[in-house]
Amino acid sequence: MARIIAGVTSSHVPAIGAAIDNHQTEEPYWKRVFSGFERSKEWMRQAKPDVVILIYNDHASAFSVEMVPTFALGCAAEFPPADEGWGPRPVPVVKGHPELAAHIAQSVILDEFDLTVVNKMEVDHGLTVPLNLLFGSPKEWPCPVIPLAVNVVLYPPPTGHRCFMLGRAIRKAVQSYPEDLRVVVFGTGGMSHQISGPRAGLINSKFDKAFLDNLSKNPQKLARMPHLEYMREAGAEGIEMVMWLVMRGALDDKVDEVYRFYTVPASNTAVGHIILEPHRGKKAAGKGKKPAGKLKRAAARAKAEVRRSK
Amino acid sequence: MAREQHDYDDIPGTFVFDQERSRQGFGINMFCMSLMKDENRKAFKANEAEYLKKFNLTPAQTDAILKRDYNRMLELGGNIYFTAKLGATDGHSFRHLAAVMTGSTQEDYANMMLAGGRSVEGNRSKSGKYNKPVAAKAAKKPAKKAKAKARAKSRSKRG
Repeated sequence: MARIIAGVTSSHVPAIGAAIDNHQTEEPYWKRVFSGFERSKEWMRQAKPDVVILIYNDHASAFSVEMVPTFALGCAAEFPPADEGWGPRPVPVVKGHPELAAHIAQSVILDEFDLTVVNKMEVDHGLTVPLNLLFGSPKEWPCPVIPLAVNVVLYPPPTGHRCFMLGRAIRKAVQSYPEDLRVVVFGTGGMSHQISGPRAGLINSKFDKAFLDNLSKNPQKLARMPHLEYMREAGAEGIEMVMWLVMRGALDDKVDEVYRFYTVPASNTAVGHIILEPHRGKKAAGKGKKPAGKLKRAAARAKAEVRRSK
Repeated sequence: MAREQHDYDDIPGTFVFDQERSRQGFGINMFCMSLMKDENRKAFKANEAEYLKKFNLTPAQTDAILKRDYNRMLELGGNIYFTAKLGATDGHSFRHLAAVMTGSTQEDYANMMLAGGRSVEGNRSKSGKYNKPVAAKAAKKPAKKAKAKARAKSRSKRG
């Protein structure tokens, strides 16, 4: 049986991709950003997912204003990087997992989430930047990726509650897939930022930190946050944080926060990143949720370091 | 017809790209999208006013594009992810666009970002009705209480 072993969130700022592509990651400005993901890459090497389900939004690359699907599930065998005006990013073609994607579509549509099925799609920085942050820049991505594109460009995006419940439905779908796959779900975008209009440049660290806290401990509260509050507090484009709730909905109610990183700014944006694993209580042994020993040790190490850095 | 008012119109310095603006701004955004192709960028650059005739724009929209008035483009239905393509066609960085939209210089804008960005304080509400954060305050409530409340609320709301 397939199962979700962790949830990860990360910003997908295009300038982060440009910094990687132009070899600027060692410059002090960018080093501050990238250093926050070093431990995450190590965690990812230990976690070794078989599949990633990546929640992101397209930025006028695959979808223009001609068609705006609210939820679009990538069911293709591969997804080439999109040309965003400067040629496609020099990153590997993203391989999909058509079998699991088809299974998810079949399951969640019957659970009343009317997804758009996409069998041909290019993917932009919204998808490839988080892959770089968690996997580095390998010649091939280490595992297949199922893209789930969410409309957060044309108002209104789906509500946080809807996103959370879709996450729940995806979890159910994954758990009913017969093959024994270890799945990591990515929620991307955010955190606070506004890039349009006279209020551009808005950052709200207080909001972001509370959002991270609630994402771990009280996601139901976030699921009820109205769009107005995202836009007012976290910037017009900060509303894309609803996508993190799809990831959160796909996890158990109770989770362990393994790692967190937050820095301001990356270009116009506050960068936030968190790794959540299913909660392991003292009695978890023998319940089938026990992680591989290696992973457990890595998690414990990361936790200890997070504590130290607090 | 006057624009229908929405709760988010109270946010200062912000043009939310909603269904109404999307309807009005279809031509602006399709024009910007066309700039993804090199041949179109060249045609536009050769004769801007002529090229724009293909997109069924209003005179105000054409004027905003020709003047590179990025805030006006947003107000008339352009979306920033699309209008940024016009900026790129002009060879401008996003920082240039940000400076234009915020009435700042590129240097001042960059320094503001380095110093932590534009504060939300004083930037929440035109009417002044919403000057206090809702989220940050509520986050401090003990988790248990909030959960119980959430349960009660969801019971009453969703039956």
